[in-house]
Amino acid sequence: MYYHACLPMKHSTTMLLAAASLTFAQAPGPIALRGARVVTVSGPVLEKGTVLLRNGLIEAVGENVDLPKDAWVVDAQGVTVYPGLIDALSTVGLPETPAQPTTPRAETGATPRGGQDLPVALEQGPEFRPFTTTWVRAADLLNPADKRIEETRSAGFTSVVTFPSTGIFAGEGAFLNLSGEKQGRMVVASPAGEYVTLSTHGFGTYPGSLMGVIAYIRQVSFDADHYKIEMQAYASHPAGHKRPNYDRAVEGLLESPRLLLPAEDAKQLDRMIRFAAELKRPAVLYGGHQAYKIADLVAKSGVPLLVSLKWPEKSKDADPDQEESFRTLELRDRAPSSPAALEKAGAHFAFYSGGTAAKDIRKALKRAVDAGLTEAAAVRALTLSAAEIYRVADRVGSIEPGKIANLLVVKGSLFDEKAKIQYVFVDGVKYEPVPETPPPGDREGRGAAPGGVE
Amino acid sequence: MNRFAIFLLALPLLAGETTVIRNATVLTVTKGTFQGSILIRDGKIVEAGEKVLVPDGARVVDAGGQFVMPGIIDCHSHIAADSINEGAVAVSAMVGIEDVINPDDPDIYRALAGGVTTANILHGSANPIGGKCQVMKMRWGKDAEGLKFEGAMPGIKFALGENVKRSGSPGNGFGASPGLRYPATRMGVEDVIREAFTEARAYQKEWRDYQAKLDRHEQAIPPRRDLKLEPLVEVLEGKRYVHAHCYRADEILMLLRVADDFGFKIRTLQHVLEGYKVAQEIAVHGAGASTFSDWWAYKAEAFDAIPYNAALMTRKGIVVSVNSDSAELMRHLNTEAAKAMKYGGLNETEALALVTINPAKQLGIENRVGSIEPGKDADLTIYDKHPLSNYAKVTKVFIDGQLYFDREKDLEERPGREARKKALIDKFKAQEKKERKKPEPTEDKKSEEPGGEQ
Repeated sequence: MYYHACLPMKHSTTMLLAAASLTFAQAPGPIALRGARVVTVSGPVLEKGTVLLRNGLIEAVGENVDLPKDAWVVDAQGVTVYPGLIDALSTVGLPETPAQPTTPRAETGATPRGGQDLPVALEQGPEFRPFTTTWVRAADLLNPADKRIEETRSAGFTSVVTFPSTGIFAGEGAFLNLSGEKQGRMVVASPAGEYVTLSTHGFGTYPGSLMGVIAYIRQVSFDADHYKIEMQAYASHPAGHKRPNYDRAVEGLLESPRLLLPAEDAKQLDRMIRFAAELKRPAVLYGGHQAYKIADLVAKSGVPLLVSLKWPEKSKDADPDQEESFRTLELRDRAPSSPAALEKAGAHFAFYSGGTAAKDIRKALKRAVDAGLTEAAAVRALTLSAAEIYRVADRVGSIEPGKIANLLVVKGSLFDEKAKIQYVFVDGVKYEPVPETPPPGDREGRGAAPGGVE
Repeated sequence: MNRFAIFLLALPLLAGETTVIRNATVLTVTKGTFQGSILIRDGKIVEAGEKVLVPDGARVVDAGGQFVMPGIIDCHSHIAADSINEGAVAVSAMVGIEDVINPDDPDIYRALAGGVTTANILHGSANPIGGKCQVMKMRWGKDAEGLKFEGAMPGIKFALGENVKRSGSPGNGFGASPGLRYPATRMGVEDVIREAFTEARAYQKEWRDYQAKLDRHEQAIPPRRDLKLEPLVEVLEGKRYVHAHCYRADEILMLLRVADDFGFKIRTLQHVLEGYKVAQEIAVHGAGASTFSDWWAYKAEAFDAIPYNAALMTRKGIVVSVNSDSAELMRHLNTEAAKAMKYGGLNETEALALVTINPAKQLGIENRVGSIEPGKDADLTIYDKHPLSNYAKVTKVFIDGQLYFDREKDLEERPGREARKKALIDKFKAQEKKERKKPEPTEDKKSEEPGGEQ
């Protein structure tokens, strides 16, 4: 094993780290990245800083760090160290076909009705809990062999927040580190929230319309409130009282710390901000491409917004003779200015890939920066802000002593498209980007990409 | 425009929002017709008469040779909503237009251009008991909340006859459901409504018993909120209006009997094409009638419609309105009203009432809108010719004293709008061209570096 390996950077990338990949992974001793530009995000940028990692954690960061004798020192001049990027909404790590029940009509009468003998409803309605798998946990379904883990990591991400994405109440997400071969090692926090879509499934099923889906979500939310009261009352006085029915649909909702609600354009943002307030549940919105129109309202609401980096594009199959509407054109032109508007308004926002191929993330990010987003805010939206939104900023999202050693190391600046990602550390373990493979056909058509709105 | 000009424009708005419409023929609908002026302050009509003092700083609109009437009210419309029908259930009272208002729908502006200032936006006619309605003002540019007619009585859609039956037929009409949805006959329609109100009564009792327990200071758990039954309880308690889609005389009588049995009122019968056959019974129940001028034979149950319907029902003492049910018809309801003069011999005022004060009464907003009287909202439409002429064009529309449509301004702004669109099209074309020229650089592969494998 090397100790005090002070090599010039050029050599270190190849020789030292090539040899190190195995040793780091097996026995992470203390590692020091010395002389790097350190973008801590939570504090000032250190132009010549050192980051010391030990046992998967950041032990020290600063301009003058006392290095322990056994530290493996890497001369990191000319590189920038960022906190590992976080994809705030993803399906990475989940199997292609999530193990979810697909027969929404099979559920019947799971709802307590206050003990009264009421007429049985003739038609199918909310009591059937259609398209609902609130209780499904991403953390229980992880597939560490998912190829997308490596792809995503190669683009600089050390964490993703992964959600089941099928149905109206799709299930509970998990905040994952893109590390390890073991499922249990990957989970940083679970449940991270309940993923909600406003999807409809045809006129012949309830709910078959947008207003039906909204009414359904409202009913389930009210049922959850009622269930809680009923269960608590029964728990304190079981004797002589009718036992309420167990309802896994509301159990799943109750254990989720927040709802993720889709909101792409201005009217949907307005609608969902009001809806979240009405339900009295913490919410996070996702979509946000027309946030440039109502950034002030988003900021004022205090509801965090996840902005998709999949900027609107002209469909590849679009009829070239078909003239597009002004609205379509304007949205395509201005969507990338949404993050800048949100920054200016002081809104709480983070980014998610939204189906953008991992390799195109930096290009998409650059469009937001070109449209006025500061680089500092861009980095924050991919790191600390995401961690804050999911309440895990005490362990990830910035370069601070005590936090998990999730780091992104770039030769140059993240915003220089030509600057190479040298490696990332996840839980203190170093990974190098894998060379790009030509995209297999399945990359785009995989399941329901999260973050599709309505 | 220079800064000074902007200042001048802003001045009248600041000066207590006072506007005077001068030199017009004023068709008040309720207080006769005269040559004169209307004084508007803070969104309300302050004075209307032959001689009106013009206060200093008032904005003066000279309407010489033109005609001012109350803004048109459409009692039956489906614009400005992101969904209309929740069709898989026979009772969809849990859904509401209020949840899916689309303030971006250009039909709002088009309705304004046709002189409409208020409309009742209804759920579709797929179910015996449909969803909740939303009365809104055509405040183009405002958000969803800003469109709502504040304080208007809430409503709910009922429907009888063919649409309701067909919704249950596979491959027929709009119901492509795998199984037949009950009801499939007119008998079934009656049953669904009776069943629903029986349920609603039981639900009402549940809450009353709970309240009684609280009043006796007993411990009690609140009943589960049922969003489907809540609106029906409101109907039973007279807190929500029923707007019932219907055609045939027999089913109209059926609905009136059901309502009488359960002790609630039908506020309006919508379409009611055979209303002239049972006008006496409708009048006795106290229901209003909102019909088409001369639209018939589009399905079997519309074969007995006659264009005299509005006039005949009016003569029986029913409050009658003429509605659009169509984003197109909505733009010329003035001429729809005029047809009742040709067919049935209503006088000018009676014809105008069909699209102004009468629908206002039907929606319970006649204290606010529907005629030109001091104290009412300044919702006014100016025509260049008499509005009952089919040569008449809308020149200006005011809502709450604010100018929401101005024909001249619209025509002036068209070239600018076209230019903005063209600029965007050119911008994207240039971008496409640039991208075609420069094929995407294949990113530097890392494969030559050793150590890429983990």
